[in-house]
Order: sequence, then C-alpha cells, then structure tokens
Amino acid sequence: MISLLSTLLNGLSLGSVYAIIALGYTMVYGIAKMLNFAHGDVIMIGAYISFSAILYWNVPPILGFLLAMLVCTVLGIVIERLAYKPLRQATSLAVLITAIGISYLLQNGAQLIWGANTKAFPTMVSLPNATLFGGSITISNNTISLLGDQLKISGNMLVTILACVVIMVALTLFINKTKMGKAMRCVSEDKGAAELMGVDVNKTISLTFAIGSALAAVAGVLLCTSYPVLQPTTGAMPGIKAFTAAVFGGIGSIPGAMVGGILLGIIEKLGQTYVSDQLGDAFAFAVLIIVLLVKPTGLMGKKVHEKV
Amino acid sequence: MKINKKLRSALVTFAIVIIAFLVCEAGIEGWVDGFKLKFAEKGLLVPICCYIVLAVSLNLIVGISGELSLGHAGFMSIGAFSGVVIATWLEKAVLTINDAGKTVPFFGDTAIIIITIIVAGALAALAGVVIGIPALRLRGDYLAIVLLAFGEIIRNVMNCVLVAVDGSTMHFALKINESSAVGFGQGMQMVINGAQGTVNKVTSAAFNNERFIIGFGLVIFTLFVVLNLINSRSGRAIMAIRDNRIAAESVGLNVMKYKMMAFVTGAALAGMAGALYGLNMKTVTAVDFDYNMSIEILVMVVLGGIGSIRGSVIAAAVLRFLPEKLRFLNDYRMLVYAIVLIVVMLATNSPILKNFWALLMRVKPLRVAVEWLQALPGKVRAAFSFGKNKNGKAGEAQ
Repeated sequence: MISLLSTLLNGLSLGSVYAIIALGYTMVYGIAKMLNFAHGDVIMIGAYISFSAILYWNVPPILGFLLAMLVCTVLGIVIERLAYKPLRQATSLAVLITAIGISYLLQNGAQLIWGANTKAFPTMVSLPNATLFGGSITISNNTISLLGDQLKISGNMLVTILACVVIMVALTLFINKTKMGKAMRCVSEDKGAAELMGVDVNKTISLTFAIGSALAAVAGVLLCTSYPVLQPTTGAMPGIKAFTAAVFGGIGSIPGAMVGGILLGIIEKLGQTYVSDQLGDAFAFAVLIIVLLVKPTGLMGKKVHEKV
Repeated sequence: MKINKKLRSALVTFAIVIIAFLVCEAGIEGWVDGFKLKFAEKGLLVPICCYIVLAVSLNLIVGISGELSLGHAGFMSIGAFSGVVIATWLEKAVLTINDAGKTVPFFGDTAIIIITIIVAGALAALAGVVIGIPALRLRGDYLAIVLLAFGEIIRNVMNCVLVAVDGSTMHFALKINESSAVGFGQGMQMVINGAQGTVNKVTSAAFNNERFIIGFGLVIFTLFVVLNLINSRSGRAIMAIRDNRIAAESVGLNVMKYKMMAFVTGAALAGMAGALYGLNMKTVTAVDFDYNMSIEILVMVVLGGIGSIRGSVIAAAVLRFLPEKLRFLNDYRMLVYAIVLIVVMLATNSPILKNFWALLMRVKPLRVAVEWLQALPGKVRAAFSFGKNKNGKAGEAQ
C-alpha cells in the first residue's frame, strides 16, 4: 500500500513535468497547427542556462531559473520568427522537417558550447530540517518523511507538483480571463476570422511561442532537479513523451495536455514498478495506442467532422 | 515495346543506380588508374544501399500513400535483429557434411545473407500487418504519433531480448527486469544480448564486395517493386486515396486494403534493408533504431521530394555521404547539416524566398544560365531519343 502510494507520487511528479512540456506542445499546435519538434530541445537549453548560471556565474538558484526562462522565451520567439513564420502557408511536412532541423541545430549548438559529456545538475531545492506535529512529519536531507518514515517525499518532487499546479491555474486563468488569452483562443479557432476582427495574429502566435518556451524552461529545470543528468540529448526523450501526452489528452486542448501528461507519468511509473523496469516507456506508449484506438482524437480532443 | 513517360522515368532511375554502382565497383576494384575508394568510403557503401531502400520504402508510405510515418526504424530494427538470429541459425543448425567428412554449414555466406534478407522481410511484413490494422484507422498527426509509439515499443522490447546459441540449438529469453536472473549457462554464444545489442559472428564487419553487390541487388529489387506498384492499378488506387479519400471510397475503392498494401510493402522492404544493415555491422543495438533514425529517413524522403522515388535514392546517397565529406569541419559538421536542412526547407517553401528567386531571375545572365540548365534534360533526352520522332515530342499517342 505504501509502495503504491509512493509510486503514484513519483508518477505524479514525473507526470507534472510531462504536463508542463505538453502544454507548450499543445498550445503551439492549437494556434500554429504545427508539431514543434524542437520544443524538447528548448527544455534542454533552459536546463543548461540555469546550470551555467548557478555553477559558473554563481547566481542564486532562483535567479538562474528566471534567467533560463528569459533566455528560452527569447529563443522561442526568435525560432518562430526566423524558421516557422516564413512557412505559415507551407505543407505541414515541410514545417515538421524545419522543426527537426531546429532541433538538430539546438542539440549540436549545445554540444559545441557545453560539450557532449553529461553534467551533474546542482540541487535547486533546499528544505530546512525540522520536526513537525510531534515527530509524525520529519524533514531532513531535503526529504519529507511521513507515516513513521515509511513514505518519503523529496523536496524536488514537492516543488515539481506545486509548480505544475500553479502553472495550470495561472494558464487556465490567462486563457479564459484575459484579453490576450481570448485572442489566442480566437486565433486557434479561425485565423482568418480573428484577423478580420482586429486580432494581431503574428503577435498572438509569438506570444504563444513565448509562453510555451518559458514553460519549457521551467520544465527543464524541474526535470533536471529530479533526474540530475544534463547532456545535449536530455530534452529529446521527455519531449517525445510530452508530445505523446499532448496527443493522449487530445492535441490542441489545454486541459487535455494537463490530464494526459499526469496520466502518462503515473502509467509509466506504475508500469516500471509493477511490470518491468525495462519496459516503462513501452507501457506508456502502449496505453497511448489503446486510448487512441478507442478514442481517435485523444481523451479531450474535439471530434472534427469531415465535409465532402 | 512502347515506352511511355512513366516507363522512361523508371528506366532513368534504374540507369542512375546502375551507373553509380559501376562507378563504385570501378573504385573498389581499381579499374581506372588513380580512382580508388578510400577505406572509410567503402565502409559507407552497404549502409548507403540500406538507406536507399529505407528511403524509397518510406516514400511509398509517406509520399505515395500519404500517411506520415515516424516509426519506420522499428521495421528496420525487426529486420536487423531477426536477421542476425536467422543468419546464426542458418550457419549453426543447417549443416551438411563436405567431401572431407567435416560438418560445415549447408549454405555459403552469400546464400545465408540472401535467405536472411528474405525471411527478415517476411517477418517485418508480418509486423507491418499487426501494426497497420489498428494504426491505419487513424489519420494525420494521430497516425504519426501512433507509429512513433510503435517504433519506440519495438525499441524497448528489443532492449530486453536475449538470444543465445548452444551448438545448433537457439535459446530465447526476455529480460524484462534489470535485476531478474534471466540468463544462459556458461559457454553459450550470445546472439542478441539485451541492451548491448547483436553479436554478429556470421559475417565480418570488414567491407565485402559481395555484400555490396547484394545491397545493390536489394536496391534494384526495391525500385522494381515500388515503381511497378506505383504504376499499377493498385498504385493508382493508393494515390487516389491519398488525394481524396472520400471520393476514392465513393467510387468503390477499399481504402483499408490499399493503405495496408502500401504500408506492408514499405515495412517488408524496411525489414530487408534492416537485415542487410544488421549483418553488415559487428553489433547493432536497439537504441540505434530509435525515432531519430526514423526522422533521418524521413528527412531523406522530404529533401529528395515527397513522392519522387528517384529523389529519395539520390537524397539517401547524398545525405549518407555528405557527413563523411564534411568531416573536415569536425565538431561543426552536424551543425552545418542542421543549417543546410533548415535553409533548404525555407528556400523551397517560403514565399519570401521564392520572391527573392524571382528577383534574382531578373538578372539576365543568371536567367539565361538557369533556363539553359532547365532545358538540359530535354536536350539530353532528345539526343538519346527513345522511340520518338525528331521534334522531340513523345511518341506515346499515335
């Protein structure tokens, strides 16, 4: 029972990271109707920036984190302007290949700057040592122990889950309550009509890329605090998984990305613990396939009717 | 024989491949003084054959059938892994007694490779059927992600497969947990060693001209199959479904049947290429065939031109050869590759850059040069006029 609970918590924490990445995928897909394959590599750039800031420039962790967000936001906008904007009218395959080119560019650029060997990511989270509620909760070594030391929650996990919740709430409010969010919804529904109504489509798309990339930086830092190995290909696999999560939840749908990400993380961890530690990925992908076969547009995707 | 436009185009493709093959053979055998392929270049030849087959077969799925596949490497992986097992079995278990009274393998190396390629192709086709039946019901990006997922599942499962050979018996096992005590007794020769990949003791990893000839044969076979399929009734049905599924369905075409036909043919060819690839290497690991490999093949197809078989052949050869030639750039090699990829995509698809070309064309010498180049294929064709009248018009409709 306790082991199940701890597996679920692990899955929730991993799923939170997937959800944050999947949000970037799904927002960009919803608005620009493109699979941004380079998104996973923006995560890696974010992690490297905060790594360098903390270790080389001796910046406090929180500033390094903000710097990573800033750099990734700018990077996202630049990529969109230079590579994707000229291809608005092109076929989706041409855009996909360009995105793959950007992904190669970022990976190899990072390899040139930071080298190919893995870097150990510094710890970002530090909890004070404490004993609460008469010893039922003890905090030491950045780990919270509950239920008489049986259930351990690391600080990283806690921060990851909290960050995910905050981001979800903030993003939902932003999309539904602000004028810019409304513009984003309009553009994703009908670009032409939105333009006629006076929405600046280019600015809205840039904004989407900016938010997506900033979220990627957050995800990068969170991912590397939990799994502290940093190398140029760090972002690739989580990127693919998050992409799967976005499709799982129904690509283009923001609540779908959140649910899909968290479910994918939990399924992966459950599969790893109870079925096979080698086949965790296969397990997650198999569930995706089954879901898509039952519900071909994902959990929360809109069913598009074909017109003849 | 009446030579129409399609047949002529197919013949040109075959001619290009055969000429390229003869040039390589000249370089290997040293037929011409001063032209000899270097060691590293020779090592690229068999993989290039494999990649040509992969690119052409993916083009059948993506270009002709119109289904975006991001899991093509999965079929290659099935071909490579099953290929090594089949080849080892053929060598160890199918025996004969030679004149000197010694027990030797019944088949020679070349025969083993050819049989292996055929059987591995059949296995990959089977996998194609199993994956295609559920996956091809989906469309667009959803199909792409499901095929990617299948490719990753194949990679994951291959990571756990253990195969060993003991005398002439093969032993199979699945090691699904890192700590589980699955393994084989001492003294058995491993054939597939989980995450460490295949152990190929059937064929040597050194360059072997016979294997290159088999690779060339495989390329010719692939071109023959794919070009024939495209120019057949079925091929026209496949393209009709790609262009408008609903219209094709309403005139009575069985959509699933034709989609499966293209998909399974592509899978079988990819499995055959994988078998040759696996037997050409000392070891291949499951990680070699992850989605990056699928994407690499997709890049070849797209840069060669979606739906253009000849384009795929040329792009596959050039893209495999280019990184080797860019070796002087050292660390910047892949960076340059990425930039070339982006620039090519922008130059061929962006309206802004198209206008830029239009501006450039206003410069007279440039325009003359480009027009001359564009007219060149026509002039060459006129020089070798295949059963045409002197006006250079095709003698098709008479």
